Amino acid sequence: MNRAFLLFLQLLVAIVAIVVWHVLTTVPLFGRILLPPFFFSNPIDVASQIVAWFVSGTIWKHLSITLVESMLAFVIGSLGGVVVGFWFGRQPRVAAVFDPYIKMANALPRVVLAPIFALWLGLGIWSKVALGVTLVFFIVFFNVYQGVREVSATVLDNGRMLGMSERQLTRHVYWPSALSWMFSSLHTSVGFAVVGAVVGEYLGSAAGLGYLIQQAEGIFDVAAVFAGMFVLSAFVILIDLGVTAIERRLLAWRPEGAGTH
Amino acid sequence: MVGETRKVQAPGIANPSAVSLEDATVAFPLEDGRVYSAVEKVRLNVQHGEFVAIVGPTGCGKSTLLNVVAGLLKPAGGSVRIFDAPLHGLNRQAGYLFQADALFPWKTALDNVAIGLEIAGVRRAEALERAQNFLRSVGLGTFAGRYPHMLSGGQRKRVGLAQVLIRDPRILLMDEPFGPLDAQTRQIMGDLLLKLWSADRKAVLFVTHDLEEAIALADRVVIMSAGPNSRIIGEWPVPLARPRDILEVRMERDFHVLHREIWSVLKQEVTRGYAQSAQPGAAA
Repeated sequence: MNRAFLLFLQLLVAIVAIVVWHVLTTVPLFGRILLPPFFFSNPIDVASQIVAWFVSGTIWKHLSITLVESMLAFVIGSLGGVVVGFWFGRQPRVAAVFDPYIKMANALPRVVLAPIFALWLGLGIWSKVALGVTLVFFIVFFNVYQGVREVSATVLDNGRMLGMSERQLTRHVYWPSALSWMFSSLHTSVGFAVVGAVVGEYLGSAAGLGYLIQQAEGIFDVAAVFAGMFVLSAFVILIDLGVTAIERRLLAWRPEGAGTH
Repeated sequence: MVGETRKVQAPGIANPSAVSLEDATVAFPLEDGRVYSAVEKVRLNVQHGEFVAIVGPTGCGKSTLLNVVAGLLKPAGGSVRIFDAPLHGLNRQAGYLFQADALFPWKTALDNVAIGLEIAGVRRAEALERAQNFLRSVGLGTFAGRYPHMLSGGQRKRVGLAQVLIRDPRILLMDEPFGPLDAQTRQIMGDLLLKLWSADRKAVLFVTHDLEEAIALADRVVIMSAGPNSRIIGEWPVPLARPRDILEVRMERDFHVLHREIWSVLKQEVTRGYAQSAQPGAAA
């Protein structure tokens, strides 16, 4: 399938879905409207809401807040995950001691932490960042930990026979292996950073996309809820494109490096 | 003449063996508490500049023996001496070409070759320049920027060879290095190996299960018995003249005579090895 045709089909899916939505919410079929506009809004209202946000410029503030929260959550969570994952990977005894606690913490649904973070860190961006960090940290941690432990024994032996000291093994063998695992989980961890930020905003905040959606829901403005969701989706897709571009560069050495799509 | 000069030198002092195994024994503990004896009382000497091939049936402990010489594995008994000094820890005089892929997948071919120099403290610019020359000498001058997964199996082995040789080790250990390659590539790699080796004649310990390859390459062929308790059961000097052309040498009469002689011994071991590995209680 060539690219243009694929793009055409992809657009076709969106157009069909929008048309079906529009028809079901505005045109009476069999004597009545099948989807009540109060609950399902309609494409034109949603589109005009989105346009209104961008024309008035109010959306930029919310977008930038959510972006900042997501990026901070991603950076802090990744740094923590890399450091701890690497440490545990190289020190199996430490890993064994902390193993049950790591599993416990990871099994906890992060949403329940949101009130705690709001109490500790207030309703500003940091309680959202903290929520995102708890999500990103574990993804990066598990990947880096795995990356350190899954280094091929032959490659390690080769490093040793080439005269590498333990420090040089860390730098030339363990480190690149761990980072490659981390980079391969970039899509997931960036996605979770956004999830953490938006859920945090939704549960208590004064700005951000999550706040926007929550406010609209509070006054039963379904058009604005859908509009918020569409802006959020477009935002995530843009970030994902950025991640793909970064990944292509960083994982050029991997056979399937660029093949995540 | 040669015999006379050898007699004059006191063995082990003026001209010590590159590798000397005395009754080397290797045993692994099994999960059920018993001990599996892989290699038993192996005596083997490799002279400086000598190319020795070890041949034996699958699972006879050839690789184990190589790991002992490399210092990756400590023998349960016996001694390992490298240039007349007992071996402690890793063998710093040896370069090891592994059977499996051992290149660093995140480094380009050039960086893979240069790394051995870089970790020894050579400046990066100089290391890269020398690595480029080495890549050229193994016929991969234009592949410097490729990552291992972009290279064919044979090309990866060439990079591996350059990676090991650039450090100029005095002993070269090779564990079925050309095993996974197709027949033609094996012969080309064999020729390349002999060409590189003839430049400075390092001591080589070359493990293979291919008797023809062993005779074509080596000065001496050593046959091991089927495991467990694998031992050396025969040694044959190879009377073929050097420099050799791998393809041509296989046509010579001496080659066939020697091949037939060694094969008559090896055949029994191969059969025995298969029979044992087919039994469930093979390790007992």
